Amino acid sequence: MDLENQKRVKEFTEEFGGENVVVVLGAAEGEAAGLAAETVTAGDPTFAGPLAGVQLGLRVYHACEPEIKDEVDTGVYDEQISMMEMVLDVDDIIKEMTSIREQYCNYK
Amino acid sequence: MYSVVKGASYFIAHAPDMVVHNGTTQTTQRKIDPSAEYLTQVEQSLRSYEDCVGYLPNQVYIGNLTPADLEGLELPWYDKKAPVAQRQGKYGEIMPEDEFIGMMKICDVFDLVKLESGFSRAVKEKLLLHPLIEASGLDVFDKPSSEEEVGAFIENEHAEPIYYLGKVVGCIKAAHDIDESLSAHVIFENLVSKASCVLSILHLTNQVEVEKSEIAYVIECSEEACGDMNQRGGGNFAKAAAEIAGLVNATGCDVRGFCAGPTHALLQAASLVKAGVFRHVVVAAGGSTAKLGMNGKDHVKKGIPILEDCVAGFAVLVSENDGVNPELNTDILGRHMVGTGSSPQNVISSLTAAALETAGLKLTDIDKYSVEMQNPDITKPAGAGNVPEANYKMIGALAAMKGHIQKAELADFVKKHGMVGWAPTQGHIPSGVPYLGFGRQDILDGRIERAMFVGKGSLFLGRMTNLFDGVSFVMQKNSGERPAQGVSEDAVKRLIAEALKDFAGHLMQE
Repeated sequence: MDLENQKRVKEFTEEFGGENVVVVLGAAEGEAAGLAAETVTAGDPTFAGPLAGVQLGLRVYHACEPEIKDEVDTGVYDEQISMMEMVLDVDDIIKEMTSIREQYCNYK
Repeated sequence: MYSVVKGASYFIAHAPDMVVHNGTTQTTQRKIDPSAEYLTQVEQSLRSYEDCVGYLPNQVYIGNLTPADLEGLELPWYDKKAPVAQRQGKYGEIMPEDEFIGMMKICDVFDLVKLESGFSRAVKEKLLLHPLIEASGLDVFDKPSSEEEVGAFIENEHAEPIYYLGKVVGCIKAAHDIDESLSAHVIFENLVSKASCVLSILHLTNQVEVEKSEIAYVIECSEEACGDMNQRGGGNFAKAAAEIAGLVNATGCDVRGFCAGPTHALLQAASLVKAGVFRHVVVAAGGSTAKLGMNGKDHVKKGIPILEDCVAGFAVLVSENDGVNPELNTDILGRHMVGTGSSPQNVISSLTAAALETAGLKLTDIDKYSVEMQNPDITKPAGAGNVPEANYKMIGALAAMKGHIQKAELADFVKKHGMVGWAPTQGHIPSGVPYLGFGRQDILDGRIERAMFVGKGSLFLGRMTNLFDGVSFVMQKNSGERPAQGVSEDAVKRLIAEALKDFAGHLMQE
């Protein structure tokens, strides 16, 4: 995850409290989504950014996961996301994201 | 009439020592932890020049192989040898690092590059054999520095060392004592960009029939900034490169737009030529040291060589319509506008379908799309996926949503209208332009009629806007019409007769 984004996630968590923060990802692949999810839960796996060694344990979802899709107006979702849903390997993304949440998420 | 593309060149410099000492992934790691294991691993994972030349995507980049040659070839590619492994290619060359350092010296007009005498002598001898470099330009190697002088510049004057095969062979001095915009680090980056831009232009002018003296304007579109502390990014790489390349009648300027820079620059070149302002415009860019080894950590972790060891460049000649070469259709323009939004759906739609619809075309009417042609052999192990394929899937999905194809035909659309990526991951370098040379040839040979070039840029990286950006245009088969060649004698006689009749009429009225 981009170092600046790590910094912003860390600052938002400090300002609002981890229980009030949900991180929504838009990564194009399961592996990339998993890495970003790991960063905001278990800490930066590359040990390069502000979240290195910081275990925020935040709730984190990909935009194509049903938990997010169900929260969004159908028309808006169709207009903004449906094309990508057709392109992405959504099952693989859900598998990666679920695995990370099960291991590291503090807010279930 | 539309302008045409008369030629395109592509250049690579193999730069393994610059990976270690100038790539930001490595320099950042050195700042954080100079004893990090990664820094040792990266040096052990560098490729030889021969391996870089024999790397399949590099041979495609310089035109000895075609994108079609990569199709169906299973990844990884780094462990396979190209069937052709030549330094010189149809569109350019792959230069070894020592000669490229020599080119930086040739491009340095402020005597900031200091090279040690043994290295200077060896490089001069090698460059004397280079077909595009004039012997008169090699006098700069006749006043070398001693090892002690180089050491003193590095030790006492903040000069940036130049390494070759792991040893210091020279340095680049700071161009100012205090000004950070003229620091040795910035001058190093800028001379690398300038040298690779110059070599790209030299390869272009060597390929085309247009004389260097006929080129009136150069637009440079890299991602570097040259200037001093009072005008950081003031420019002008274009004119600086044109000077060394011998384009005596050219002026020019720099155009920036992150990775979309080249497509913006090509649009401007096409418009200037179509408007009749200039007959011949060169669009060119050199590469960047910062991006060398950018994904090195992932590559090292997966036990593969550092594949981002190439500084790349390109140059394109946009000229007035000759009735033969493919035209740049500036009436089919894709634009990501301020109000477009940032969802991938909106972005890709604005750059492809929306533009084509204004010209009454469907997404299936474009034979080939040239998008971000990033080499997947580099990006996939780094977790960034297959970038061109992802773009083609998006365009295909859009075509399915619009009913241009059936959803089940998506995979076929990707295969038919897409290509496998081959370009070095140097930001602006893979962005649309790598296919200009091949696309021109494919249209001239009648293999395709129309190609769309899409450039996208991540403006948010500059922290001035959260917006994304992109522009696209279409290159198409020449209509065959020639520009009108002046006025005929009959027409002149008719005009004179009409004027005299008009004059006589006035006299009679008086």
